[in-house]
Amino acid sequence: MALQNALKSAWAKPVAHLLCLAPFAWLLWSAFSDNLGANPVEKLTHETGQWTLRLLLLTLCLSPLRQWSGLASWLRFRRLVGLYSFFYACCHFAIWFVADHSLDLDAMLEDVIKRPYITLGFSAFLLLWPLALTSNRLMLQRLGRRWKTLHRLVYAILLLGVLHLLWLVKADYLEPSIYAIIALILLAHRVDPLKRLSVSFMATR
Amino acid sequence: MIKIKKRWEIPESEVTPEPLYRRRREFIQSAGMLGGALLLNPWAAAKASYPVDGYQPGVISLDEKLTDEEDATSYNNFYEFGTDKEDPKKNSQGFRTDDWTIEVGGHCEKPGTYGLEDLLKPHALEERIYRLRCVEAWSMVIPWIGVPLGSVLKTMQPTSSAKYVAFRTLHDPERMPGQQRWTLDWPDREGLTIAEATHPLTLLAVGMYGKTMPNQNGAPIRLVVPWKYGFKSIKSIVSIEFTENEPPTSWNMTLPREYGFYSNVNPEVDHPRWSQKKERRIGEIFKRNTLMFNGYAEEVAELYDDLDLTVNF
Repeated sequence: MALQNALKSAWAKPVAHLLCLAPFAWLLWSAFSDNLGANPVEKLTHETGQWTLRLLLLTLCLSPLRQWSGLASWLRFRRLVGLYSFFYACCHFAIWFVADHSLDLDAMLEDVIKRPYITLGFSAFLLLWPLALTSNRLMLQRLGRRWKTLHRLVYAILLLGVLHLLWLVKADYLEPSIYAIIALILLAHRVDPLKRLSVSFMATR
Repeated sequence: MIKIKKRWEIPESEVTPEPLYRRRREFIQSAGMLGGALLLNPWAAAKASYPVDGYQPGVISLDEKLTDEEDATSYNNFYEFGTDKEDPKKNSQGFRTDDWTIEVGGHCEKPGTYGLEDLLKPHALEERIYRLRCVEAWSMVIPWIGVPLGSVLKTMQPTSSAKYVAFRTLHDPERMPGQQRWTLDWPDREGLTIAEATHPLTLLAVGMYGKTMPNQNGAPIRLVVPWKYGFKSIKSIVSIEFTENEPPTSWNMTLPREYGFYSNVNPEVDHPRWSQKKERRIGEIFKRNTLMFNGYAEEVAELYDDLDLTVNF
């Protein structure tokens, strides 16, 4: 009950904003206080990329959370967290385009075409745009049923993002594997029989 | 290009202003008189003979800024101590390297177990300022202290069957916690052709930035092969073996399509997953062009005259 009240309270959304912005603030502060280590560009690229994935996974956790907890209020945060994932994706892309390619569009596109892990990451980034642009109430109403279909793209985006990370790793697969496992669990949750199973499992506890 | 050649051929006595150089010598002598141990221990000697305040602009004859020492000692690929760049410094502080020995074997007249001192004492320590280019497309400029590998190998008297030299890192998961997880097929193994190993640029390094080699950079003794990707410069060496055939090397064994035996820095041959045309110099934001053989083409290109470098990457 306390949780339900907290989720519903007027403070819940501002707090969610702050939480989602915290990594960004921390990175910004670290950058200005020279606390990003020897390779700040790489650090910023990796961190913004990882926060994109983490927030995307969190967005997709909210619906299962609602089912398990029975609290519909979790869904209040879905758009907010999803848009912050998009925000970190934009930072990730911008840092890479500016620092790695010095804003050279041709060089950037060549990289996209030639490097499979970048092809995947860039596709995921492009696919995020229609979702971000249609995340407002107006578009939701205008698109009607098609809105839901369109927003299923998020699963494709998630897979692309996880593969993007897995593909660039040199030898240590631990962290990307954790993301991959969570992503697979969330995907499995979309398959109806498995979903029913997990909901009833949680209900018996 | 010409400058590069000069850089490692100029004896430091010529580069360092004479009075400073003298003072340095005096310091070593007095230090030796005060505590004999200082001179008996080659690392201590290295420490004393290359004080940081002794660096004069002339010493840095590579027209490129030295990488910040803090960066070079806190951003490391040394999977034996963890896979994050900050891990080696964090996890190697307690690493003890006393009584270090190196097993020498294979096709040579003088095999055996050599103490580090025995191996190094006959040779004068030199400072070399080299570019270091990591296969991950970042680079540094580091002042190493060491001896040419070739002169050390010579004392072991390799036979005519010695076509390659194989190196091995310490394998001790207790002391090297990164080895408790499988990230590489431990222990790390590397190799060079005998021509590469005896090339005057190839260094056995025991120090950097005028100090004893920090643990996270490959203490107590490591290879520095400046025209090859960083991973070829194997760290914490415990074994040197002369072989007739190309020895197996760890990264090549793990991902043969991505890491060849030669692994020469080559902007024309991309890593299968990323470009090698550019690199980020640590301390800079934008990338700079990668040079053929990391800028040492004039010195080493002839070693590969008969090789197709796109096949033998």
